[in-house]
Amino acid sequence: MNPFETLRVALRALLRNKMRSFLTVLGIIIGVGAVIAMVAIGEGAKARVEESFASMGSNLLIVMPGSTNASGARGGFGSMPTLTWDDLRAIRSEVSSVRYAAAQLRSNTQLMSEDQNWSTSTIGTSPEYFLIRNWRVSSGRPLLDSDVETSAKVVLMGQTVVDKLFGPSADAVGQIVRIKNIPFEVIGVLQKKGQSPMGQDYDDGVFVPQTTFQSKIQGGLQKFLSGTIFIGATSTDATARAEEQISALLRDRHRIAAGTDDDFSVRNLTEMANAQQEGTRTLTTLLASIAAVSLLVGGIGIMNIMLVSVTERTREIGVRMAVGATPLNIMLQFLVEALTLAVAGGIVGVGIGVFSAGQLASRFGWPMLIRPDIVVISVGFSALVGVVFGLYPAQKASRLDPIDALRFE
Amino acid sequence: MSLIDLRVVSKVYRMGDVEVHALREVSFVVEARDFVAVMGSSGSGKSTLMNIIGCLDRPTSGAYHLDGQEVSRLDRAELAHVRNRTLGFVFQSFNLLSRTSALENVELPLVYAGTPGRERHRRAAKALARVGLGERMGHHPNQMSGGQQQRVAIARALVAEPRLILADEPTGNLDSRTSVEILALFQELGAAGITVLLVTHEPDIAAYASRVVVMRDGRVKSDTRQTARDAAQDLASGTVAGEERPS
Repeated sequence: MNPFETLRVALRALLRNKMRSFLTVLGIIIGVGAVIAMVAIGEGAKARVEESFASMGSNLLIVMPGSTNASGARGGFGSMPTLTWDDLRAIRSEVSSVRYAAAQLRSNTQLMSEDQNWSTSTIGTSPEYFLIRNWRVSSGRPLLDSDVETSAKVVLMGQTVVDKLFGPSADAVGQIVRIKNIPFEVIGVLQKKGQSPMGQDYDDGVFVPQTTFQSKIQGGLQKFLSGTIFIGATSTDATARAEEQISALLRDRHRIAAGTDDDFSVRNLTEMANAQQEGTRTLTTLLASIAAVSLLVGGIGIMNIMLVSVTERTREIGVRMAVGATPLNIMLQFLVEALTLAVAGGIVGVGIGVFSAGQLASRFGWPMLIRPDIVVISVGFSALVGVVFGLYPAQKASRLDPIDALRFE
Repeated sequence: MSLIDLRVVSKVYRMGDVEVHALREVSFVVEARDFVAVMGSSGSGKSTLMNIIGCLDRPTSGAYHLDGQEVSRLDRAELAHVRNRTLGFVFQSFNLLSRTSALENVELPLVYAGTPGRERHRRAAKALARVGLGERMGHHPNQMSGGQQQRVAIARALVAEPRLILADEPTGNLDSRTSVEILALFQELGAAGITVLLVTHEPDIAAYASRVVVMRDGRVKSDTRQTARDAAQDLASGTVAGEERPS
């Protein structure tokens, strides 16, 4: 008896009880569908995290000034400006894995337009900063090196600030705003960036040349850089190396003896992103395992129905044996029935999983991500479930005594 | 060489602590082309004898040669092959697969013989035509009368061209005219070279066989040759009463 014949016999038997076959595979359908949907949701969430970290800046590291240690009271990072402008220049020119480096000087100030005001953070920086953060202007022009050199009184605005000061649809370019009562010309509006992974609105801020910031907004010590340094590494893989190299360079420049604490700290945002992704991955695995359990329950459903089917068809089995079916023929017939149920359920489950993942993705505004490997694995796993749970009923059928089977009422 | 050759065959069942001797040292030979009726009351051992001859069961002791092959020690798969190639079964309750067409029921032995689909259809159609059901190949068992169902079962028994057909009370569920029709069919098969072994408890039916074996308490009580009634002639002359027989 060839395999095609066995499959044909199995299909006929299943189609004879359509409703029952459908209800039997429902467990598998739900199981596979849930696995596919859960993994797709997890992948979508992961992509969202990736996206939000990417919007902070690519391959980003942040160097923060160090702590003071005045008569035993340790001030914490940022309590004293330990970074100097020379440090910034040294990082930019001496560390091979650093592509960009820019200062970020920050102050909370009130901005005034002709008829509105808004308190926001004003950041003094240089053009490289926007390269590190992949941030372009949506209208007007970007900050230029010449603005920094000439301490120009110009400002780049985040979209939220534009909305607050001029209204959502207004064109802010060319307008004048007052910061600390000093008029600044709006040269450009930055593209909308959304929220940081911690929920902070990136678009609620304005940017001025760092030289202008120092002279007009918050005067600092000439030598020290009273803010943080944003660094863009050459690649994602280079961030860890950049972190080490910068630490080594700054320890050397600050003459910190071995065994003494750093007077600065370097934060590797790529690593933070990885940690976040690890979290979502764990969640995805958890959800998928729960879904996989329902696949198992579906398998038990198949076994249950196959056992009923064997009992119900005892006479048929007897007849088949009498006309020459070997125990192996009978076993394969029932095994193929179980396998067919499971695989059919798996395929329908994939369809439903993909559909519901698509629905969820469009509802939450996530990217729809179906992993082909998960599709193959879950159909394969449901086939395995079919074989495992079909084996016992099939074996039971094949061990029937033809005489008893023919007499069975 | 005889088609069936049983030598001192015994069958003992164990029911709890009690040993039941279903067959006690039965020796039994059937030549090819013979039409044999096996009679006996229930518990006489005739069903056990038929199961052993039909390769559905194995004797506890003794030897059984079927068509020259010793089959009493074969395993289940080998017995299945012997049944498939050498034997055809006809049962009292027809035992057709429900919701399956007559043609497909008849094809069943060929499916397990590995015959390809086209040839299977051809041979099954031929077997159905031989039992007079050439027109009803697509009918399902529940659309047919008892006599027609038994004809389908006979076609199924015939299709693989067996040496021996075993019929266990084949007329038990049929009225007397249909019974004689079925017996006429068996007599035709005998003429065509197929051996028929028929189990019955009715002398009327056994009268159509050319040899009658009576079983009792697991032994052959009598074994007589007789002149068989001609079923075809009875049908033609109307000797058979058309009335329903009490069952």
